Amino acid sequence: MNGPTALNEVSPARATTHFNRPARLLHWGMALAIFTMLFIGIGMVASLSLRPILVSLHRPLGIAILLLVNVRLFNRLWRRPPSLPADLPSAQILAAKASHWLLYVLMFAMPLIGWSMVSASGFPVVMFGGFALPPIAPHDATVYAVLRAAHTWLALLLFVTVLMHLAAALFHAWVRRDGVFAGMARGPRVGGQSARGGMDESGEPPPPM
Amino acid sequence: MSEIEPGATSSTHRRAWPALLSITLIVAAVALAFAWVAGWLTPGRLTPQRFTNAIEAGNGQIYRGFRRAHAKGVCVAGYFEGSGKGVALSSAALFAPVRTPFVGRLSIGGGSPYGLDGKARVRSMALQLNSADGQQWRMAMNSFPFFAVSSVQAFYEQTVANAPDPTTGTPDPAKQAAFATAHPEFARFADWAKTAPWSTSWANTTFNGVNAFRFINGSGEIHNVRWSMLPQTAFEAMTPEQRATVDSDFLSEDLQRRLVQAPLRWTMLVIVAQPGDPTSDPSQAWPDYRQHVDVGTVVIESSTPQDTGACRDINYDPLVLPTGVTGSDDPILAARSAVYAVSFNRREHDIATGKAAAATGDAKAQGRRP
Ligand code: HEM
Ligand code: HEM
Repeated sequence: MNGPTALNEVSPARATTHFNRPARLLHWGMALAIFTMLFIGIGMVASLSLRPILVSLHRPLGIAILLLVNVRLFNRLWRRPPSLPADLPSAQILAAKASHWLLYVLMFAMPLIGWSMVSASGFPVVMFGGFALPPIAPHDATVYAVLRAAHTWLALLLFVTVLMHLAAALFHAWVRRDGVFAGMARGPRVGGQSARGGMDESGEPPPPM
Repeated sequence: MSEIEPGATSSTHRRAWPALLSITLIVAAVALAFAWVAGWLTPGRLTPQRFTNAIEAGNGQIYRGFRRAHAKGVCVAGYFEGSGKGVALSSAALFAPVRTPFVGRLSIGGGSPYGLDGKARVRSMALQLNSADGQQWRMAMNSFPFFAVSSVQAFYEQTVANAPDPTTGTPDPAKQAAFATAHPEFARFADWAKTAPWSTSWANTTFNGVNAFRFINGSGEIHNVRWSMLPQTAFEAMTPEQRATVDSDFLSEDLQRRLVQAPLRWTMLVIVAQPGDPTSDPSQAWPDYRQHVDVGTVVIESSTPQDTGACRDINYDPLVLPTGVTGSDDPILAARSAVYAVSFNRREHDIATGKAAAATGDAKAQGRRP
């Protein structure tokens, strides 16, 4: 398959083919955290029994995501990510880039809206035990109602974007088999040791069927 | 993997459909799981939204911008003064002999902001205490000594049974009777409602926390407790004639008259459970001879109308608690937290979208213009 020509050559000057280790750790850790947040969030507002325990997990985990996305954005701007395969249709390149930046925007927006929405409701923004964050929005009905609605709609947008991202990642892994998935799944292999496990040289897992 | 040959392309295509099918199934499974967790696939599941819908239906109409229950009330302000005796039970900062300011609310039960005070069997006190350490304690208490029913589902059924019948405009007695038969514990409450004397004022009403909580003291010891606010104003009962003729807003008028003269006081009594006392069932009172600890005094100094007062945009969620206090295994507490959040969201949304002129005082302000 026509990846960037440097894909299979090991030379110091080759293009980056894989995200660096911090990027990969942040990606998979945050993927798990965001999925958890979406399910906790949608579940806690629909439960007559689990709300208290779930809200008390939801707040600190959301703030943890806010802290991590700062590190992640810094790393993303600092270290060049691998470029997309040269033969990827331009519509797909556009979709990939736009959705990645949308994900970044939402990873910042969701926790910030959560924090300011809780502030605007007049509730203490409790993290754990007696420790609470300071309010970052005025206690006000209109401010609260707007942020509360935004928290729901942007959460749904985030969920849909994450699902499309998942579908696209699996499409790269199983249909195009172009190394894009491997770029996030693992680090580059040093020459000679590349054929290992069940992965082919592009590093993709075998298709499921 | 380096070159694409024509044959490879077609073999890729032959292999593409199982992969595409798998991707579709995976994405669909995650979306379905999400929808299930959200309750979208199970219209029969009782959720906070559906509970609130039932309360709104029971009110006969939606009073925009008002609390969906205890809609009529006034904001009050004052402070709590700890006696120091609560420190042995809980490490909450306000039990020390200090003054902790609060924003509170006195109200009557019922979903109409125009309810008649003389007809309201249930009266209430809600407090948001703001400790110097930045922590909050919110509580919402009622004049009944125990809850009407023992479970969340039963309270939902009560709400539905008491809803006005669309044809008659009043609750259907057959439904109410069926509810009472299905929930024998309700007889205790019905008896209280029928026989307990009516006090003449919010000032001489006892307010009970009803649900059990846990107090944790500085050495980590845990006690199950309930609490009550005992009025320091002498009790006086209303006669049935008085109740029939009083002004529909007599409670707030009486409150203002009294506050002009002096602040109003309640003693906060904490009742400590003995092993075996039911903590998960608020419909069962604990025996009277349990240890009572006088932990401090609630002092109300002033009141303001709720349409512009500081209590309007407060959700008196009983699970906003300081260190040293946690909820108990009483399932009604979690349900209250969940349903109050929905009621709060709806009324704040009403206000934000300009649908709540009566609740925000805008109707009055407009009425005054020539
Ligand atoms: C990545 C970050 C976050 C995600 C993905 C997320 C997601 C969600 C979702 C899906 C809901 C349910 C919305 C609905 O059905 O209406 C929700 C509700 C909620 N979120 Fe978040 N959230 C995030 C961060 C936060 C943070 C940082 C806080 C507070 C510090 C917060 C506080 C809340 C609260 C209090 C609710 C319930 C509000 C209510 O019941 O009215 N969230 N969240
Ligand atoms: C599952 C049981 C219960 C449900 C579904 C329920 C429902 C509600 C709702 C919807 C509100 C309006 C909240 C708002 O918009 O801020 C409310 C207010 C209130 N509830 Fe309950 N309630 C329950 C049990 C109790 C119990 C056991 C007590 C007392 C011990 C209580 C005392 C109060 C008080 C005092 C208020 C008024 C608070 C204020 O002034 O804002 N409730 N309730």
